[in-house]
Amino acid sequence: MSAAATANQRAEGAAGQSPLAPVLEIEDLSITYRSRAGDVNAVRHVDLALRPGEVVGLAGESGSGKSTLALGAVRLLRPPAVITSGRVIYRGRRIGEGGFDVLAADADELRRLRWREISIVFQSAMNALNPVLRIRDQLGDVIDAHMPLRREAKRARLESLLDLVGIPRERLRSYPHELSGGMRQRVMIAMALAVEPEVVIMDEPTTALDVVVQREILEQVAELREELGFAMLFITHDLSLLLELADRIMILYAGQLAELGSALAIRNATAHPYTAGLLDSFPSVRGPRRALSGIPGSPPDMRELPRGCPFTPRCDFARAQCSEVTMTPLTVGEGHVSTCPFVGQDELAQARAARRRGAAL
Amino acid sequence: MRFVARRLGFYLVAAWAAITINFFIPRLMPGNPVAALLGKYQGLPPDSARTLEVEFGIGHQGTLLHQYWIYLGNLFQGNLGVSSSQYPEKVTTVIGQVLPWTLALVGTATVIAFLLGTLLGIFAAWRRGGWLDQSLPVATFMQATPYFFVGLAAIEVLSVKLGVFPYGGGSAIGLSPGFNWTFLSSAFNHSVLPATTIIITSFAGWMLTMRNVMITTIGEDYVLAAQAKGLPRRRIIFSYAARNAILPNIAGFSLAIGYVVAGALLTEYVFSYPGIGLMLYNAVTSDDYPLTQGIFLVISLAILLACLLADAVYVLADPRARTRGSA
Amino acid sequence: MSVAVTLEPPPAAQAALPRGRGRWAALPLKAKIGFAILGLYVLIAIFGPTLAPHDPSATKIVTQAAAPSFSHLLGTTSFGQDLLSQVLVGIRSTIVLGLLAATIATVLAVLVGVTAGYVGGAVDELLMLVTNIFLVLPALPLLIVILGYLPHTGEIATAIVLSALGWAWGARVIRAQTLALRNRDYVAAARETGERAWRIIAFEIIPNEVSLIAAGFIGVALYAILTSVALAFLGLTDVNSWSIGVVLYWAQSQGALELGAWWWWAIPGVLVALLGMSLVLINYGLDELGNPRLRETGGRVDDRGHVILRGRGARVQIVRLRRRRQRHTAVTDPTPVVIEARP
Repeated sequence: MSAAATANQRAEGAAGQSPLAPVLEIEDLSITYRSRAGDVNAVRHVDLALRPGEVVGLAGESGSGKSTLALGAVRLLRPPAVITSGRVIYRGRRIGEGGFDVLAADADELRRLRWREISIVFQSAMNALNPVLRIRDQLGDVIDAHMPLRREAKRARLESLLDLVGIPRERLRSYPHELSGGMRQRVMIAMALAVEPEVVIMDEPTTALDVVVQREILEQVAELREELGFAMLFITHDLSLLLELADRIMILYAGQLAELGSALAIRNATAHPYTAGLLDSFPSVRGPRRALSGIPGSPPDMRELPRGCPFTPRCDFARAQCSEVTMTPLTVGEGHVSTCPFVGQDELAQARAARRRGAAL
Repeated sequence: MRFVARRLGFYLVAAWAAITINFFIPRLMPGNPVAALLGKYQGLPPDSARTLEVEFGIGHQGTLLHQYWIYLGNLFQGNLGVSSSQYPEKVTTVIGQVLPWTLALVGTATVIAFLLGTLLGIFAAWRRGGWLDQSLPVATFMQATPYFFVGLAAIEVLSVKLGVFPYGGGSAIGLSPGFNWTFLSSAFNHSVLPATTIIITSFAGWMLTMRNVMITTIGEDYVLAAQAKGLPRRRIIFSYAARNAILPNIAGFSLAIGYVVAGALLTEYVFSYPGIGLMLYNAVTSDDYPLTQGIFLVISLAILLACLLADAVYVLADPRARTRGSA
Repeated sequence: MSVAVTLEPPPAAQAALPRGRGRWAALPLKAKIGFAILGLYVLIAIFGPTLAPHDPSATKIVTQAAAPSFSHLLGTTSFGQDLLSQVLVGIRSTIVLGLLAATIATVLAVLVGVTAGYVGGAVDELLMLVTNIFLVLPALPLLIVILGYLPHTGEIATAIVLSALGWAWGARVIRAQTLALRNRDYVAAARETGERAWRIIAFEIIPNEVSLIAAGFIGVALYAILTSVALAFLGLTDVNSWSIGVVLYWAQSQGALELGAWWWWAIPGVLVALLGMSLVLINYGLDELGNPRLRETGGRVDDRGHVILRGRGARVQIVRLRRRRQRHTAVTDPTPVVIEARP
């Protein structure tokens, strides 16, 4: 994979850092929403290490905590969200040795981190763009804040940013409501790359778009990553997308880790029943026709979680001991962990094959 | 631009409605004030009789439509008749004397109240739970307080007891209007209390609505995006949040104007301030029908003009309104 | 007499009122206080005249107004009349007028608004034109002019005139909501199955607009009360029938200020302000019900401002998170980190 090679080459050039030191290291992070009606532990003791130039996909159903995890890690969540455990260390090339302790920083220190090091592409571009500012102003203010340029240089940069994402330059003078959905999302991507961050968090960037535009944008994103070499945290509920796009994939359920591994391993050597269920719920274009299976039931009420593994009520392989599980990640392969101690990869593979045979149309 | 054109069309219709209502009011009132007038004005010089013709078409004995036509004709010639309580002054002259006072006082005070209220609303929303936010109940109380009550209280404390500010009136007695320091400083001195009254009672309304809209706006994704972009706090507050939050307030300005006028009227009454509001009161209580109707017309048209201006400002402020066809 | 312009809520944000008993509990504190105060006034309106110790118009030969004392709890006017009695009797008139005007105006507003929103098309355009014209006409000047012409100005006449100028705002808001509701699935379904229009309106649409109608009612009541007090104060209504505004009129015209009889004008004024405030509180409370973001932020963050980190060798490291103690948060402060030290 050329992306990883590029990333490794870059990393070797950085002074004093081992090539594989994670650029964003999240350790034991827990986030709670406090409210009078009861606390919601949206994220519970999650570890995630993002390496330079890598693409990590974050998958899960709505409410699984993926956006909370990503936004919480950079402290963008608003009250009543509170971070209740963990560490987040950022080690970009521009930050000195020892890294940047995100959780201990105050607002002014965090501003150094924002956008210049970690930027975000939000889900709905129509809502994330300021309706009363022209595109050039919205792209420009981030340049002014982090990388001040003189007028001519700034204009040139703005134009090259739009070129980068394939939008005509005249659109700099437009307002967001004058652009199409796909164009708006491209503007968001251009904005995220405006000051050359090390990490880009993409929060369901294509969910609101139709499949054709989705494909165009994702291809664009992949190209840009090749060119600029940033690391990416890609959040989506669409696992099939991640299988193509991501290097590694983390699957969250009810705020906790279900499975984490390389895209290949997740696809071919699934180790968690939930992942298996997800994989079986979308059709593949090739191969024999089969009836789709979903995952019966719905996500749990986060205010009242049962003991042990939260997936138990919906799991085909549930057993009595599931309520005693401690949810610690267990290694099942090289860089591949799962929190289900009972179901082995082979057992899962067999069960899935049997299901596919039974469901063949 | 279609938006402005459509609004302009509406205001023209509304202006016509105001003019027509003005025409019909005296004719629809029970007791037929016109006939009463006739009795009252018998024996007056021919000019006043002519005024009655202008205003009420008396003497023409034509149909209602005919009278209406004459009324419209006079109106467009700028002829509003002759005042009966200030005979022989023309209505337009009388209005011309008092209108600048009102505009100066009320215009300035309203702008200050709007700006003050809006700014305070922005900060109240920004620091939830801060002292501004917690002073909301006080603001709510002030919003519901009648204008004249605050005016009376102000007079009582600052004028009667402490003697800091004058009791009332537009300027010290005996001074004639002119652009000289004596007059202007006296006029300013006399306008402090009324202006403060207006500001105190009205800024709370602007503040509360701005705060509420700001809170909703702050929850929008683009403000979160601005935060994520690491922009300076001032830019987030003003260019992202407030700039959007103020739009409903501008749109609502047209509706608040009615209350502004009401408040102005009462304030002028309490402070004996020589503006158009006090003049209206005097005209009504002295049965000066021509003057009453003239003032009502001027006030209505002025309000419509202000609303049109507010709409124009809105179009400038919200780029989405420029492409939308209708309000 | 500034009244906040309650802005048109985006129809989607209108949360349905909880049914039954939960409805009272779900009201924010603001609204409950408002209702309590309003309830007090209504009680006085009902029982006031019977509780009044003296006839409000009964005069005693005095030359000056007397300050509050045991025999006259709120003092007397310059005619020797008991202010307490005047107030107790006057509140009834003020409340009745306000409620009457609000009722008429709300009925009108619902009729016009629902019709315009539901029927649409040319009817909608026409109704909205009329509504908008009424909206921009200045209320107080027009009322002054009309009342100046009317030979006798009884309560009913004033109420009618007040409501004629107060229905327009509610009509616009209700129309907007009706438009939005009309396109909802369940309404479309009802139309498809051939349910008759009036039934749809009565059973599907209006129940979902109740909070809006209530807010409109309160708003018009507020405007009607303040305006009627103003008109009475100016002496344009019948100055011999007692209402709070009339009390203030007499205070003003008899020179209460010069006499130093502060109780004469201050107390009635405060009473009006309190009544107005109760209505404003109710309205804002209803606003918050429909838009939960406006409520006090539920999550109170631990305000010690300290973060306790457990290091690798069980060393406890205390890091000051904020520079000084803050009981509030600026909205865009970074997510707070509050790590409970594990035992």
